[in-house]
Amino acid sequence: MNWIYEPWPWYIAGPMIAFIMFLLIMVDKNFGMSSNLRTMCTICGAGNKADFFKFDWKAQKWNLVVVSGTIIGGFIGSYFLSTNLAVAIHPETISDLKALGFESAGTAYLPTELFGTEALRSLKSVLVLTIGGLFVGFGARYAGGCTSGHAISGLSNLQLPSLIAVIGFFIGGLTMIHFIFPLLF
Amino acid sequence: MRTLVYLCIGILFGITMFKSEAASWFRIYEMFKFESFHMYGIIGAALFIGSILVQSIKRFKIKSFYGEKINFAPKAKGFKRYLFGGIIFGLGWALAGACPGPMFTLVGAGYISIFIVIIAALLGTFLYGLFKDRLPH
Repeated sequence: MNWIYEPWPWYIAGPMIAFIMFLLIMVDKNFGMSSNLRTMCTICGAGNKADFFKFDWKAQKWNLVVVSGTIIGGFIGSYFLSTNLAVAIHPETISDLKALGFESAGTAYLPTELFGTEALRSLKSVLVLTIGGLFVGFGARYAGGCTSGHAISGLSNLQLPSLIAVIGFFIGGLTMIHFIFPLLF
Repeated sequence: MRTLVYLCIGILFGITMFKSEAASWFRIYEMFKFESFHMYGIIGAALFIGSILVQSIKRFKIKSFYGEKINFAPKAKGFKRYLFGGIIFGLGWALAGACPGPMFTLVGAGYISIFIVIIAALLGTFLYGLFKDRLPH
């Protein structure tokens, strides 16, 4: 049973994600995480400002329960199922990141330069996290889904719009890492 | 009872995201650098098995656990919204290193700063709702 404390390889994690999508389909629901962000906006009263948020959010309660589970799962995974949190990324990636000033590469789960409590005092890291989050929220809704809704659910159902969205995800991601990161860090 | 089922599915998802390191900023960076097969393996395997499952449900008209007919809502037709929305999402995904599922996983894992990303993502969603009608779809 020691393998459970090790990072899970792709051939365990991938089938597990497919299984999770399958379970949600089999209980008459669907696998899509970003729609929860819209539901949360509605709960916060966004319906007063835009019609997009005027919908019966109670019909989405099930998905908020899934998200709550996701939080609990993160807690269990981190505190009970892990002995070493360092992510063993490729040595070349580590040296790339160190050159950009990410000294925590290869020693942590998240870069302390962006997510550590010290980093909260740096305007730059707060801005990076804010702009990143802003784009994720805006883009996911504009595209009508995120990694779970398009890359997994949509492509599994052979949907052309999802393929276009996933191509977009990669155009955006590659542009950020290869062209914008060298300017930022 | 059903609520408990949704909760358990969510817990399983959260554990998978954390333990597979798909919730790690480093893995997302590495993926866009093409320096590891890990993330491609996860998405590829999920997709390969997922499509077999979805196509089987459709072909064999499998009923849900509650005996209902399973409907797959097709995505609305369009091009611009998927490409532009996708690109914006990708830029954010690479920068924050977290997409909407893992964001919440990281809350449970105890990373306080992820709240900045979540609040910003809520704001981004809100801004889309405000400007939706003025954007090309």
